[in-house]
Amino acid sequence: MLKKVTHLLRCKISRSSPLVAGAIVMLSGVMSCAAANQQQTSTAPSSPIRQLDRVKQRGQLICGTSGKVPGFSFVDPQGQYSGLDVDICRAVAVAVLNDSNKVEFRQLGATQRFTSIQTGSIDVISQMVTVTISRQAAVGVAFGPIVLYDGQGIMVKQRSGITDLASLSGKSICVQTGSTTELNLADQFRKRNIPYQPVVFESRDATFTAYEQGRCDAVTTDRSGLVAQRSKLANPTEHVIFADVLSKEPLAPGVKGGDHQWHSILTWTVNALIQAEEYGITSQNVDQIAASSQDPDVRRFLGVEGNIGDGLGLSHDFARRVIKQVGNYAEIYDRNLGADSPLQIERGPNQLWTKGGLLYSPPFR
Amino acid sequence: MLIRILFNRLPLLRDVRFWPIAGQAGLVLLLVGVGTLLGRNLTQNLHQAGIPIGFDFLSAPASFAIGEYLIPYSPSDSIAQALLVGLANTLRVTIIGIIFATLVGFMIGIARLSANPLLHQAATLYIEICRNTPLLLQLLFWYFVGFAQLPHIETQPSAIAGSYITNRGIAIPWFTLTSGSVTWLLLLSLGLLAGIGLRRFRQGDRPQWWVATIAIAILLAAVLTQTGPLAIDLPRISDTNQLEGGLQFSPEFTSLLVGLTLFIGSFIAEIVRAGIQSVPQGQWEAAQALGLKSPIALLTVIVPQALPAIVPPLTNQYLNLLKGTSLAIAIGYPDLYFVANTTFNRAGRAVETMLILIITYLSTNLSISLLMNAFNRSLQIHDR
Repeated sequence: MLKKVTHLLRCKISRSSPLVAGAIVMLSGVMSCAAANQQQTSTAPSSPIRQLDRVKQRGQLICGTSGKVPGFSFVDPQGQYSGLDVDICRAVAVAVLNDSNKVEFRQLGATQRFTSIQTGSIDVISQMVTVTISRQAAVGVAFGPIVLYDGQGIMVKQRSGITDLASLSGKSICVQTGSTTELNLADQFRKRNIPYQPVVFESRDATFTAYEQGRCDAVTTDRSGLVAQRSKLANPTEHVIFADVLSKEPLAPGVKGGDHQWHSILTWTVNALIQAEEYGITSQNVDQIAASSQDPDVRRFLGVEGNIGDGLGLSHDFARRVIKQVGNYAEIYDRNLGADSPLQIERGPNQLWTKGGLLYSPPFR
Repeated sequence: MLIRILFNRLPLLRDVRFWPIAGQAGLVLLLVGVGTLLGRNLTQNLHQAGIPIGFDFLSAPASFAIGEYLIPYSPSDSIAQALLVGLANTLRVTIIGIIFATLVGFMIGIARLSANPLLHQAATLYIEICRNTPLLLQLLFWYFVGFAQLPHIETQPSAIAGSYITNRGIAIPWFTLTSGSVTWLLLLSLGLLAGIGLRRFRQGDRPQWWVATIAIAILLAAVLTQTGPLAIDLPRISDTNQLEGGLQFSPEFTSLLVGLTLFIGSFIAEIVRAGIQSVPQGQWEAAQALGLKSPIALLTVIVPQALPAIVPPLTNQYLNLLKGTSLAIAIGYPDLYFVANTTFNRAGRAVETMLILIITYLSTNLSISLLMNAFNRSLQIHDR
């Protein structure tokens, strides 16, 4: 009972503010005392309660996402979430619960997202999180495969006459707190010894509003994020994005570390999306290929023969179900960021390894 | 006391003096017990959740930039230094905010009692609007609606009385030190000291020799340094459209200051009004009977008597003002809470950061209370 209440408390409050989330860690740490003491014997490291069982029991996947960036995670006027981040969550929901709509999306700020994953109030975080060593080691996020190779960029107004990093000397730059962007910016300008004035905001919306209103000369975030945000500005054509890339921003979904099975489910669900593109399997032809293909690799992948899902606690045809309902990586990319979307971002490094890109799924065997 | 109770002939349990003490002791034991239990469980559960506890992260380099700082700071400084920068920024806006909010509060509070209907109604309107809307909303209003309407810096607005008011901030003329500032300071203090010494030895002398010593010091300093004690630095807009020189206030700082001043000022105005009204009407009449004009009666007779009623609730508003500064994060002013938040992103230590924040805000607010209580006590002496 007590556990239930604290869980409820965590979920409700951890949305409001990052440090409030910190307070919740303390509070729930304090409150769940009785329950925790009893559990200590039953939750020995060898047999923890598995996240998979928890999600199945709940019948819904709780996914942390931003909800504010077109192409990645955005709520349309009908209240439907769409975007690359969102589709990753939907894919996991299909793999586990066989329904792409059994997802509860939680909008999180850039800082509180990590507390949410630490306390376990969300099952999966899919929020343009950059993979870094400190996030994996110190924060304890277990990352899935990289779903987008991005880099940090800078956007300025065309008529400002600023063309490169050096001409930003002494200028003010709007940036969102709680992101690697804020830290990269400091590092890059320190390295080049260029003075600048950061104007730092808590929310992404405030960051871009301040930029649009002329508080800052420039604004910075991941390049794909800039393209997405530019599409929301009043006059997108008046803004230019630098060719300079400030950093590597490999974006990946993640889960709380320590649950090997749950991490594997995330990893192989994402791998299935990439592998399906490599096999040329799409949501349109997946049933047909499953019925007709003689290729043992493809038959194993789609669960026609063998039992690849069993070790993960999933059904053997999980990849087939995921592709049927969500599509392969190319479909997801095209409809959210690429050719079929308003953003029209080139795939660039986010091509399959067979086409000179970086996407590479280990074998399904 | 305790010994006398214990060695009394009366049975212990029937001694009326025993029970209050036992009750107190029991309560203390209970509190300590609950506190220990909670603390132990906190560490245990955090350990179980895999969240480490420790303050070693404070000495790591901060690696993030801060927009404005009063004490020297660069991203290569430690996290502790960054937190200090945040604290300094918080104190800066708090102290200036307290001064302004008090001024606004007293003026509006007195205006609310004015016989002039226009003044009275305007004051009421201001109080009701500012007192009944959320502070966060007001801050966002001043920042995103207020500042955005100011002339854009790219249009090179012209200076008004040497000052620039643009969407990138406000810059006013300010003093800068000259090469002779130190000499001026030394000579002036020497002159002042000599003056005080002379005054002590030759009391009642005319002309006042201490004036002469200071005059000599000023003359000497002017001749020696060939410059003034301070120069005036006029702000300007550079070719790259940045404000330069003078004393600059960022939009973030100004919005926060304006928002806090007006919000807290509206509460103070009501406190001042209530305090003045608590002074008996007879005091007004007595002042009038002595021939004092209304403003003088207010300042010398009424307000001094109203202060003891004003100061305790005023203290509360000062504490609210400090706490309100933590909303700065919404409009990008790097106060303590803001820096702590960034630190949390950088180091991932929510619990420790929380503790630091709680302790800092608590001790700062307790210091304000202490000062105000001392001030309050100094007012009480006048009672007879």
